Amino acid sequence: MDKLVANNITVSYGGANIIEDVSIELNKGEIVCLLGVSGVGKTTLFNVISGLLQPDEGRVELDGKDITGKAGIVSYMLQKDLLLPYKTIIDNVSLPLVIRGEKKPKAREITSKYFKEFGLEGTEKKYPYQLSGGMRQRAALLRTYLFSDKVALLDEPFSALDSITKSLMHEWYLQVMKQIKLSTLLITHDIDEAILLSDRIYIMAGKPGKIKEEIIIDLPKPKNKDFKVSESFMEYKKYILSIL
Amino acid sequence: MKKKFLNIIDRASSFILIVAILILWQVLSATGLVPKFMLPSPIDVVMAFVGDFSLLMRHAATTLTQAFLGLAIGTLLGFVIAVVMDHYPIAYKSIYPLMVLTQTVPTVAIAPLLVLWMGYGMLPKVTLIVLTTFFPIAIGLLDGFQTVDPDSINLLKAMGANRFQCFTHIKFPSSLSHFFAGLKISVSYSVVASVISEWLGGFYGLGVYMTRVRKSYSFDKMFAVIFFISLISLLLMLGVKLLKNLVMPWDKKQN
Repeated sequence: MDKLVANNITVSYGGANIIEDVSIELNKGEIVCLLGVSGVGKTTLFNVISGLLQPDEGRVELDGKDITGKAGIVSYMLQKDLLLPYKTIIDNVSLPLVIRGEKKPKAREITSKYFKEFGLEGTEKKYPYQLSGGMRQRAALLRTYLFSDKVALLDEPFSALDSITKSLMHEWYLQVMKQIKLSTLLITHDIDEAILLSDRIYIMAGKPGKIKEEIIIDLPKPKNKDFKVSESFMEYKKYILSIL
Repeated sequence: MKKKFLNIIDRASSFILIVAILILWQVLSATGLVPKFMLPSPIDVVMAFVGDFSLLMRHAATTLTQAFLGLAIGTLLGFVIAVVMDHYPIAYKSIYPLMVLTQTVPTVAIAPLLVLWMGYGMLPKVTLIVLTTFFPIAIGLLDGFQTVDPDSINLLKAMGANRFQCFTHIKFPSSLSHFFAGLKISVSYSVVASVISEWLGGFYGLGVYMTRVRKSYSFDKMFAVIFFISLISLLLMLGVKLLKNLVMPWDKKQN
């Protein structure tokens, strides 16, 4: 994929608009954050982009092709990890391949190659309840990646983790992304997380939710641990807080 | 030491109570406080069971064959009904009240009717078992289908899954524990219904045996067959539990 575009999306529910005239775009290899308070309509926008929800107005395009209301193209990781308790990790992760019509053994074979890269080796035959929160999140992310290696929507992927696990996951995530170069749209309400992870940030606010500002995080990569206490980080944070 | 002792008592409490009741019963019967022809002692009952062992086994084979056949059909019917009711809201609305109604009719009351309609063969018996066993399965599965996490369904839909895939990957497996809870009830219902159906006629079966020994006032044999039937039910319920552990390994480890 080269470019994912959502143009002038409006969604209403019960007569009132939830999001109004929202336009965002995602370029190849980018990590873009959607930042805003809870209830502003971030997840609604994701439901539209993933094809689960038909917008009242506007369209979603992938490389110029209209994919509005078409599920199964853009991969989507919902807020909870949603690993199925009755499937082993490898079967959970290979689910998108099986849904697409791959035979189970073949799907497992394809999937197993990625376990090392995602730091999941040894968990193949375990059940989700046997894994820690961080590991479960890794598995969910791998499942998302196997669904589409082109573009992923992540809805607050790290919000359920404790802050220490979370910052470890951030490091891990940036490292993995460097290798797999998955274009990603990511929802968060954590300002630090947004600045740390993304190349660009869309700030969403208001009722109905609109894009209020687009911020480009123009900093050399890779961003490391020290970055979070650097001066430029603080400046970005101050600026974002002033908008919100 | 004392703590250990109390711990043993705690774990064996139900067993101890049963033994105590048996001893009391033996005493009541042996001392003649209750006439022996009315209440045979536990030892008499065991003797009767041993004496008629091979006969009981032959009758049990008939009863169990019927019970399993009925249970199998009942389970299948319950499954189909649950799937249809879950799939079509109109089916849910129309079938549900009728289904509850079938369960308010006492088994003993419709059994003679079934015999009148279908004769003394196996058919009315199996029909009765089907009627009593499909319900817990259908209700259990329906409950399971309707409490599935909608987000898991959304996840699969986002992956492009169709309704059938949503069913096989999400709805059915997450309803399995509900299914087994229903099956546990149905399996004991199936034995009871099988026995009741045999009261009304036939040549073999524990129900037939029961009727015969009742008519000859052999109370010891009567008790023997009653206990035998509960033992069968218990063993079958244990079987369901083992089957559940086998089919749902994640659940056993979780609890």
